[in-house]
Amino acid sequence: MEALLRIEHLSKSFPGVKANDDISIEVHKGEIVALLGENGAGKSTLVKSVFGLVKPDSGTITIKGEEIEPGDTAAAIRHGVGMVHQHFQLVPVMSVVENIVLGDEPHKGVFITKKAAREEVIALSARYGLEVDPDAFVEDLPVGIQQRIEILKALRKDIDLLILDEPSAVLTPHEIDELLEVIRKLAASGVGILFITHKLHEVMAVADRVVVLRNGKLVGTTTPKETNEEGLAQMMVGRNVVLSVEKGPARAKEVALEIKDLSVKDDRHLDAVTHFSLEVRAGEILGIAGVEGNGQRELVEAICGMRHRQTGTVNVSGKESPDMDPRGVHLMGVSHIPEDREKDGLVSSYSIADNLTLNQFNLKPFSVKGIRDFNARDEYADRLVKEFDIRTPSYQNSASSLSGGNKQKVVVARELTQNSHVIVASQPTRGVDVGSIEFIHKQLISARDGGAAVLLVSAELDEILSLSDRIAVMFGGKIVAIIDGQDADRQYVGRLMAGLSG
Amino acid sequence: MLKRINIKPWQLILGVVLLGVWIYCYIANTDITNSVVASGMRFGMPLALAAMVGIMCERSGVINIGIEGTMLLSGFTGFYVASWSKNIVAGLMIAILTGILTSFVHAMMTIQWKMDQIIAGTIINILASGLTSFLYKQGSTIPNSWPIFDIPILGQIPFIGHAFFTQQGPIQYLGLILIPAIWVMMYKTRWGLRTRAVGENPGSADTAGVSVIKVRMINVMFGGAIGGFVGGFICLELVGSFSKEFTAGSGFTALALMIFGRWNPMGAFAAAILFGLAQALSTQLQIFGVTNIPNQFITMLPYVFTIVVLAVSAGKVRPPAAAGKSYEKEQA
Repeated sequence: MEALLRIEHLSKSFPGVKANDDISIEVHKGEIVALLGENGAGKSTLVKSVFGLVKPDSGTITIKGEEIEPGDTAAAIRHGVGMVHQHFQLVPVMSVVENIVLGDEPHKGVFITKKAAREEVIALSARYGLEVDPDAFVEDLPVGIQQRIEILKALRKDIDLLILDEPSAVLTPHEIDELLEVIRKLAASGVGILFITHKLHEVMAVADRVVVLRNGKLVGTTTPKETNEEGLAQMMVGRNVVLSVEKGPARAKEVALEIKDLSVKDDRHLDAVTHFSLEVRAGEILGIAGVEGNGQRELVEAICGMRHRQTGTVNVSGKESPDMDPRGVHLMGVSHIPEDREKDGLVSSYSIADNLTLNQFNLKPFSVKGIRDFNARDEYADRLVKEFDIRTPSYQNSASSLSGGNKQKVVVARELTQNSHVIVASQPTRGVDVGSIEFIHKQLISARDGGAAVLLVSAELDEILSLSDRIAVMFGGKIVAIIDGQDADRQYVGRLMAGLSG
Repeated sequence: MLKRINIKPWQLILGVVLLGVWIYCYIANTDITNSVVASGMRFGMPLALAAMVGIMCERSGVINIGIEGTMLLSGFTGFYVASWSKNIVAGLMIAILTGILTSFVHAMMTIQWKMDQIIAGTIINILASGLTSFLYKQGSTIPNSWPIFDIPILGQIPFIGHAFFTQQGPIQYLGLILIPAIWVMMYKTRWGLRTRAVGENPGSADTAGVSVIKVRMINVMFGGAIGGFVGGFICLELVGSFSKEFTAGSGFTALALMIFGRWNPMGAFAAAILFGLAQALSTQLQIFGVTNIPNQFITMLPYVFTIVVLAVSAGKVRPPAAAGKSYEKEQA
């Protein structure tokens, strides 16, 4: 049978990196192929080549027997390729309908027929069971719905091949289940699916075939039947990876972070956190479990001085920390791994070295008497790049040149090497590959063993369960229960997260 | 709803108050009111059209501060061609062509070579100012410009008819058609949707198979055509001659009006007419011989008005998100 998509001997280099090196892959009709690999392994580059967003240096891409013009998105779309991007490509100030029809608008002459466009979107969303409000404006919608719009956008073109670039990275567990269901349905209707993910259980759940890339090279193809999650992780990283976290018992000491009666409002000035109190002790990891949007983000921002505290105080090592003063909070010994690394964690246009010293560039040894010491910075950056395995040709490169997971490593490296008393880690492994997850988890545990109080916020329940010494379940801006990490039961916590009482 | 159409409540109130003042003056003294409003239209129209240049460019993501230079160059070529060929239509055509060519240079610099857009606009302005001053020759004249005429029927409409549809030249009337046409294009057509998408998030357009470069090139050059049209309009119809630096900053005023009008053609038109009225009023006050206020302050009126209005409305405006940024396809 003729393959739906055939990639042959594809290579692509960027300055200093060989992103894809002689890769050949096939995808058949109705097949779900998972593309797996570490951050920076070249997965995104590969799928972007197929969609014409990147022009490969050599090699051919054939769809349904026809070779397509490299680097031409319109040609890829004509050949029936649709893509859902890792960073949503939506226009926030436009309506759902406008976003979906963009590029191929129903029209009479030069005019868009709004009614026809709206009806088409309603029909499309009904056909695939992907519910959206056609008249809503994209900027007002949660990410799960935004992604649904992206998928609808792709499906609208009667595609044969759907590419999904890390579609589950920003979704809640429930949204992920829905997404996997959609993927299965589409494949059953004959669409070939090529999707990138870091989450091995998703691969095991839906993929027919798994293709693994490492350092730009194809290292192997397998099926979920022939392997398990450990096997996949090993293929990706090239060594044994321990997926379960190994840690000794916590030796909790004095209270390092004390939150008393904290109330915070969200961006729309609604109550996000109400009269919240919590203590985290030095030498323990306290995990906050909860469905996203239950006040975790606002809580973290209020602790770190990025959001106004309406009521209450946050004490660090017994002293009250300042409100709305991120630097002041940091100087008291609080490290923060922010949820949104692009927005709050990095200055993309700065070099990796500058990003690694972003909150200490003015302190010794990086500045002496107000003059910056670049040698000290470079030595430090060189050490951290090696220690944290940040994949880059040089620490002089801008942070924007890094792949998502490597950006996260920069933030983690900066925040965990400052001997802080308190570490606030929000979604520390979001969009990060298994090898790096293992590494970041080890770092968090060794920070704990070194006597730091770690407040971990994560949408990944498994991460919370495996790392936390104590688990606080958050619902509707309040703590509904605090459980010991040892005897936490997945289903019990899940029920609490959903707002059910036990 | 008001949030979506980008009109603030206070702007609505301002509009209602002005309408009230207009009606009051109309009843009190119809002739003078009509002539002030008509002359406000004459002052406002070139600015409104120049603001359209800005809107065409910025809606597609290109900041164009070279409007000034575009108008200057095309006014220059338009006037001298009309003078040499004794044909105003030929002059206007050349003016439009000059506008297109000038903006083509701007588009190449900003879109293809991804140069800083402010610098590119400045280059156009300096080039235009230097070139036209250097080549300027005194004493040229153009054949009698087009006659001023009334539009039948529309001119008879009570209240607004006289103010808008009488005693103007053909280009002025053409502007009255062009501006709503641009609005329709921007909000009702496929091209408009793509233009706005390119100006807000070029990635979304690119991934939908819309060529960002093409959309931007065409919009900027269409804007240039309007810029040339305005230059010709001023030199061939409104003033009837070319003088050095005749634009006198109106290209920048137009950008301010574009911002005040929230990048919306009708909004910018309203803003430009408001500015024109302030100017007409200041002229009228001088004619009336208001002497207890120094002349300079009266002349200042429209500019003070612009500054105040911008200062009040700035900070709340929301420009097209990608304006001023060259589009690079995402890497790796």
